[in-house]
Amino acid sequence: MLSNYIPIVLMMVIAIGFGILMANLSKWLGPKRPNFQKLSTYESGMIPVGTTRERVSVKYYVVGMLFIIFDIELVFLYPWAVTFDKVGAFAIGEMFLFIVLLFIGYIYILKKGALEWD
Amino acid sequence: MSIFDILFYLFAAAIVLSAAFVSLSRNIVHAAFSLLFTFLGIAGVYVLLSADFIAVSQILIYVGGILVLIVFGVMLTNRVTNIDIRAAIRSRIPAFIICAGLLALLIAFITQAHWIRYDEEPWKKTPWGKNAVEQVTKPLQGSVREVIDQQGSQGTAAEIGKLLMSDYMLPFELLSIVLLVALIGAAMIARQEAVQKKRPLSPSLPTEVSQ
Repeated sequence: MLSNYIPIVLMMVIAIGFGILMANLSKWLGPKRPNFQKLSTYESGMIPVGTTRERVSVKYYVVGMLFIIFDIELVFLYPWAVTFDKVGAFAIGEMFLFIVLLFIGYIYILKKGALEWD
Repeated sequence: MSIFDILFYLFAAAIVLSAAFVSLSRNIVHAAFSLLFTFLGIAGVYVLLSADFIAVSQILIYVGGILVLIVFGVMLTNRVTNIDIRAAIRSRIPAFIICAGLLALLIAFITQAHWIRYDEEPWKKTPWGKNAVEQVTKPLQGSVREVIDQQGSQGTAAEIGKLLMSDYMLPFELLSIVLLVALIGAAMIARQEAVQKKRPLSPSLPTEVSQ
């Protein structure tokens, strides 16, 4: 039973290991000849302005709330995706109705301007 | 001690330690990130309980959604990272009494609950009427472990999907309407904010502009 999860664990280990490896590989292998320019904060070639502790707009929070609703939709897509081929055309129609209802909501928030930035 | 037990204690230790860090940390950003390990550990325990659909939901909704909202909430406010959040602790005695009562309640439930072990035969020990149990679990013989060895565990997601597509079709479609209502509610909140933001800049309120 638990052996079903070995691929997931393996993928997590590889993902974390790859991240750590890539972040440290240049540190281990690269030559170190620092000067003032190299040690300054890298900001895509621009001279950095202000601190890194910027306040993000409250708009992000609304987008986050809307994201969770579509996240819950995704949770219900998952058991459907596992079984829809066994249930047949009825399952596809049922999920179509489910998605269309949420799509109406998506059009509504788009028209209301909840996703606009000003 | 089987690998099952080792994994359980590993997840349990991760949950308890990270949850303790959440409530004891002075830095609210560290507390929010520590909550990630609590949520992941709980997902691991769900996996050990063969509740794979709930584990996936836990990761998708709590780690992917709720935690992002919490981190956003922290980042929305300026310089909150340097505040000692423990300074706001008040009314220690009532809090202690409520938490102790909650703990006693949980212990009472845990000790009285009917727990099904992996190597037991749950369909023979259930407290409900024998006929009903035999009807529901007719094809099942032997312990949980033996049944899974014989039939193979397809996971709960496939079963839940099958039921949502057949017996529970109406609740499933009603769910999309519930989500629709939540979407409209979020849109209303967003619209109110837009209206409030415009008000101080309105020319009809010169006193506010001059200030």
